[in-house]
Amino acid sequence: MKKLKIGDLDKLRDKVKRTAEVREGKYKAKITVHMGTCGIAAGARDIMTALMDDIERKKIKDVIVTTSGCAGLCSREPMVTVEIVGKPPVKYIDLTAEKIKKILNSHIEKGVIVKECALAIGSERTH
Amino acid sequence: MQDLSLHILDIAENSTAARATRIEITIEENIRKNRLLVRIRDNGRGMTKHAQIRALDPFYTTKKVRRVGLGLPMLAQAVKEADGNLTIRSRSGSGTTITARFVYDHIDRKPIGNMAETIMNLVAGHGRDIDLVYKHRKNGRKYIFDTRIIKYQLRGVSITNPEVLNFLKKEIIKGLKALEKRRKK
Repeated sequence: MKKLKIGDLDKLRDKVKRTAEVREGKYKAKITVHMGTCGIAAGARDIMTALMDDIERKKIKDVIVTTSGCAGLCSREPMVTVEIVGKPPVKYIDLTAEKIKKILNSHIEKGVIVKECALAIGSERTH
Repeated sequence: MQDLSLHILDIAENSTAARATRIEITIEENIRKNRLLVRIRDNGRGMTKHAQIRALDPFYTTKKVRRVGLGLPMLAQAVKEADGNLTIRSRSGSGTTITARFVYDHIDRKPIGNMAETIMNLVAGHGRDIDLVYKHRKNGRKYIFDTRIIKYQLRGVSITNPEVLNFLKKEIIKGLKALEKRRKK
């Protein structure tokens, strides 16, 4: 780990801490990218990349992104589950980088579900 | 799967499902000896003898949501296509080590792909609970990424924070780029 300058990480830490302290456990939305074998083969990692790029570009601070396993609907991957705090989770299917950006823009930021990509409202077991 | 980094992401996801607390990913590119080694080692719950024998059977899985398990069989196929070999070493209760060896310049050997994204995905999904070590050797140089060191330096800020994740991805890209320079003789 020689390449990583401690100074850089310290700077970032201080910056993040200022925003993170306020919302410790108080994020507004959680996005779960399904990262099973089926999801990965269908392009789930690209969905994650598009999502992270957009979160950085738009400087969104109150969203957490995580991954889960296969949900059993392999033919409709890549899938993500969007949970807005206090609302039931929404599952999106057959995603592309374009679609996930639209979901971030509409559902996460404005609270409007992108119906044409949504499968259902509700939850399933992932393991 | 288009490249090896996607296979690695997939196999490491198995480790997380096996409740590992530490995953070590090693890539060794030995161009002189024309060999490529990819190893994923975890300290998860390991595999039973029965599971090890059947792990490469696509119709064997421990999952409940469906009846197929393609992760290891697809890696085995990628290995076979490049005249390599795959070994699974595991003991029930003490972790699993998957080692894939390839002929480096084999025409059907999949490219390594984007390891920075693979590591970032693993950290995003499991960085809170799992220590991740990624070692990459090439041209006599070595790159090491260790979330334990990063977590220590972050002192309380979550490693899964999107800003931190994007920063780490860029760091890995930089680190891997440095491996490409040939050593001066």
